[in-house]
Order: sequence, then structure tokens, then C-alpha cells
Amino acid sequence: MEILGVPTALLGSQLLVGLINGSFYAILSLGLAIIFGLLNIINFAHGAQYMMGAFIAWLALTRFEINYWVALIAAPLLVGLFGVILERTMLRKLYKLDHLYGLLLTFGLALIIEGIFRDQFGISGESYEVPEALSGGIHLGFMFLPIYRAWVVVAALTVCFGTWFMIEKTKLGAYLRAGTENPQIVQALGINVPLLITFTYGYGVALAAFAGVLAAPVFQVNPLMGSNLIIVVFAVVVIGGMGSILGSIVTGIGLGLIEGLTKVFYPEASAVVVFVIMVIVLLVRPAGLFGKA
Amino acid sequence: MTIKKAISIACTAALATLSAGANAQISGGVVKIGVLTDLSGTYSDLAGSGAVLATKMAIDDFIAKEKPDFKIEMVSADHQNKADIASNKAREWFEREGVDTATELVTTSVALAVMKIAKEKDRIALMSGPGSTPITNEQCNDVSVHYTYDTYALANGTARAVTKQGGKSWFFLTADYAFGQALEKDASAVVVANGGKVVGSVRHPFPGSDFSSFLLKAQASGAQVIGLANAGADTTNAIKQAAEFGITPTQSLAGLLMFITDIHSLGLKSTQGMYLTEGFYWDLNEETRAWSKRFFGVQKKMPTMVQAGQYSSVYHYLKAVKAAGSDDAKKVMAQMKKLPINDFFAKNGQIRDDGRMVHDMYLMQVKKPAESKYPWDYYHVRQVIPAAEAFQPLSQSRCALIKK
Repeated sequence: MEILGVPTALLGSQLLVGLINGSFYAILSLGLAIIFGLLNIINFAHGAQYMMGAFIAWLALTRFEINYWVALIAAPLLVGLFGVILERTMLRKLYKLDHLYGLLLTFGLALIIEGIFRDQFGISGESYEVPEALSGGIHLGFMFLPIYRAWVVVAALTVCFGTWFMIEKTKLGAYLRAGTENPQIVQALGINVPLLITFTYGYGVALAAFAGVLAAPVFQVNPLMGSNLIIVVFAVVVIGGMGSILGSIVTGIGLGLIEGLTKVFYPEASAVVVFVIMVIVLLVRPAGLFGKA
Repeated sequence: MTIKKAISIACTAALATLSAGANAQISGGVVKIGVLTDLSGTYSDLAGSGAVLATKMAIDDFIAKEKPDFKIEMVSADHQNKADIASNKAREWFEREGVDTATELVTTSVALAVMKIAKEKDRIALMSGPGSTPITNEQCNDVSVHYTYDTYALANGTARAVTKQGGKSWFFLTADYAFGQALEKDASAVVVANGGKVVGSVRHPFPGSDFSSFLLKAQASGAQVIGLANAGADTTNAIKQAAEFGITPTQSLAGLLMFITDIHSLGLKSTQGMYLTEGFYWDLNEETRAWSKRFFGVQKKMPTMVQAGQYSSVYHYLKAVKAAGSDDAKKVMAQMKKLPINDFFAKNGQIRDDGRMVHDMYLMQVKKPAESKYPWDYYHVRQVIPAAEAFQPLSQSRCALIKK
């Protein structure tokens, strides 16, 4: 059977691959959206923090024989801690200023971090093997699905919806949302807003590192792996609506699927399609698909 | 003026003329070599600081062995793979700092820009890192040498060998820009000429990171061989993901532009069995091992063909300067083309009139993890491709310097 001259088997497999990439977009754009929502900071260091997560996993395995599962928890914690230090020492001073200052600071940090990794590990990157328990694959009839890729989807979606649940349905989340709306009043009610902000930045950064560990066995672990991805992820956030939690998750997955379809019908355009959609969305709904105008 | 003072002035003057007379033809009494390379970007592993080290080694060895009567200096700079930065630096070097030759020049756009300036300023461009064939075809000139390899030699060597060994149907995974398309075109011609056929191709955006969609297309095509007409991180990611999607045991991959640093970073598990063409391998013989171990002692990595070629080209350049007794570009070029190249890198290498240095190339197959006995033991040498067959024949040349 064929649709527009493309066998359905191929179409199915491309959609599945799109879903996998969409999961990466979702988890990365979620972190960005949370940080922007509460801190008003456009975190350009997100890609570098994603790369740090992948490198920590690789270093842990090759230098200390710490396995994937431990790294999946430990790397986000470490990078999250790094984020907390950044927030306490630098970002904190910029909240009252224009977005541009936060953007410049985090962009500068990204360049420094990537420069250090490039100097230490070279540019070719390092290889991280798929963990034993997740290696191999399943024949689905229409395609060979590596088990690891299936795991990426499951892990990413679990973390995404867990985060969404925490922010939208729990008391801590309510404080967070209230802190976003009106920090002074929330502070007056006896809630430690600066601590909440620090925690939020740390969590957003930890999400990036988590995505980095997930990506390590799929992509070559390379100092520039984040900067290649981050621009697309920013487009995802803009399309979803800056600061919208659910918007970033849904848009991330949706755009992964659209990108996957573009790769079937016109692969040359697959790198631009996200940006074309961004332009259209900005023209029609400037606040983004899920943003409040 | 006292007599004593007059004598001392006379003596100083005489000494000055004497020392100047020893190398009257060397401008400023110094041969200055500029290494213009990528010290921080995509190509910094295959050229970069290793190329600077190779240049230093060449200068030190030359001074120790040939005892020249001129001084040799080296300067280096990072061109960041940008043609404009490279052009400015090359101009500054040639105009103000008295640099005699700009060397290495990885990235074709950089190489083409610097070649033009070298021609304008009558200096020499020695290229080890860049790969594209226009350097010795449409854009060729008489002050440039393309030393180590080019895409023709790599695509040609690999595509021919793989097709001859039974890989008759090909599918290309091509980076969607001039370089990738040229590589695909060259390799397709070789496949067809050797009795194979090209069943399809897919062009991926450059740079890409996820190749699974494209690989699934390649898998669905049923081709025996998937030709990777891309480079750097695109190639390594494609290879890694081909293994992940279970493509590699049934279909084989052929890397059309790969370096030992790519194999090193991917590991043998995902690259085993692949064919590729190299201009140099550290573990070929006693001579290559001896040099490479010296290099490794400083760099902690084995040299790539670009770095080894850089040493050889600089050494050959200095030999030509000595033979010409001058650093004048025309005179040195005449000597460089006249003298054969015989060192650990090349045997009977020769620089043709189009600027192409021709030497033997090697068809390599990547070892299985179990076959690798020590660090950097990565290749089986499957075939030595003789110089005459390895490079584009002059009969096909599009260089204006070649009279047909």
C-alpha cells in the first residue's frame, strides 16, 4: 500500500523516528519553557548543559565505570547543581534587567563551556555504547526498532508529564505558578521565592542534562552536540508559546513528527520546516500556539 | 674618529656583508613558514595543533640534518574555517611579516581564498588539509601545491575497491551542499564504470544529527552498499546510527571522506569491516612507526594523513629552498617540482604541473575489535593504490596550466 507514492511501511517507520526526535525536543524545550516562565531568562546555555550531561555520562563510564542507570540520575543532579551555582552567582543579578542581558550572559557561558570541552576532548567526539539491557531491537514488521529508541520515548515522556503534573497539580507547582505571576505577594505570604527560583533553574538545567544522557548512546558525544540542536529547540518554544509548559511538550512531539514526514517527502527541507512553521505561527498567533496573548 | 673605532666599524660592516652574503637570496635572511589551520573547529582534530606540531618537527629535523645557512621561523594562526579570516591573516603575513609560505589550509573555501592571495603576492600555498578537486582543476595556479589527498582519490579508491569486491548496488547518503554533491557525483561515476549501479540517494541537511530517517530509506532501497558522501560529525553519527538500526550487518557502509580520528572516536565496534582510503597510516612500516611515535609522544594521538603530509610538505619545501638558494616563489616551486619526494610519508612522490602531489594511496579495511592488538591498531591495508591510479589523470584535468 502506498500514500502519495510512499510505501506505508516507510511512512510508519518515519513517523516513529519523528516521535523519538520529538521526545528530545519536548524534554529540552520543557526545560527552557520552565526557566523562561519563572526567571524570564532565555537560557542560551541549555545546549551546553545538555552536552555536559552527555559528557558526564561518558566520563563516568570510561573513567569510573559508573553505568548508564546511575549516570541517568547522577549527571542531571551534578549539572543541576552547576545550574544552581550559576543562578546564585550570576543570573540572580539580571532579573530586573532586559531579557537581552540574560541571553547574552547565558550565550557567553555556553561558548565558554563548549570551548573548555573542545579543548579537553577535541572535536571528533566520543562514543557511548548502548547499555546492555537496552541493546538490540524488535522487528515490528514495517521496521527494526532499536529497543534503546523506544526507551528514549518512554523515559522522555514520563519525565515530561511528571514535570507537567508537578507544576500544574501539586502545591509546590502552585507556589511556582504564583511566584511567576506576582513574586512580591507570594513572598509576602511567607514563601521563599528566591529559593524557589534557584530550584527552578536547577531543575530546568537538570532536564537538559537528562536529555543529554538519553542522547549519549544515540549521537556521538561531542562538544558541539548541543549548539546544533538548541536553535531548533528555541523555535519549538516560540511555536509552543514562551513559558507554556504543556505547549512546549505537545509542540516538541508534534514538530518531531512533522520533521519526520518532511524527511520522507522532501528531505532537503527537513532542517527548515520547523522554522517555516515558526514564521507562520508568529504571523498568525504571535503569542505561540499555547501562549496567552 | 679614532683609528680603533674606524677599524671596529669597518670590521662590523665587513661581517654584516659576509653574513648577508651567505644567504643573499633569502629575503630578510629568514625563511618564514605560516601554519594557517583550524585550531578550534570541526577539523581541529585531523589538522589543528597536530599540524603545527608536525611543522615544528619538520623544521627541527631539517635544521639538524641539512644544516641550512638560513634561519627558519614558524608562525601559526587559527582561521576558524572562515575564508575571510584566512584571507586577512594571509595578507598580513605576506605583506607585513615576510612569511614565505602559507601552509596546511584545511577547508576548501579557505584554501581557494589563500591560493589567490599567494598568487597575487608571489608566495607559495602548501595545502595538506583541504580536499576538493577544484584546487588543482578550475582554480589551479603555479604557486600552489595540493599535497596529501583529495576527494577524487578517496572516493575513487573506496568506490572502486568496494564495487570490484561485489558491492554492485549503491545508495548514497549525501550532505546537501557542494562538497557532498561533488563527492556523490565522483563516486557514482566510479561505481558505474566498475559495473555497479546506483539505486538511489538521499540528501540530508548539513549539519545533521539524526540520520535514522535517511538510513531507513537506505535500508528500504535494498542496496548492498550505503555510500556516505559527507564528512566529520555527519559521517560518525550516520555510522553509529546505522549500527543501532541493525543496518550494518546486512548492508555495508563505505565512508568516502574519513580519517583515522573518526575511527578512533567511533571505536571499532561500530566501524569494523568498513572500507576507506587513506594517504598515510602510522603503522605501515618501521619508518612510519618511528615518526608517528615521536609525534604521539607530544600530541598523545597518532597522526592523521593530514598531519603527516604537513610534515612532509614543509620538509620538502625547505629542501627546495636550499636547492634553489632562494626563497623566491618561482625558483622554489621549480625545485619542488623537480625534486622527488622520498620520506616516511611518500615514496617517489612527485608534484605535477597542476600542483597535485601524486603518491601511493592505501585502501584500508577497519579491523574487528578482536583483531586490534594495541592502541590505534585499526586498519588492514587491503591494497596499495599506485600513484598513477590514485589521483585524477592529467588527461581529465580542467586546470589551465595543463596543455593538452
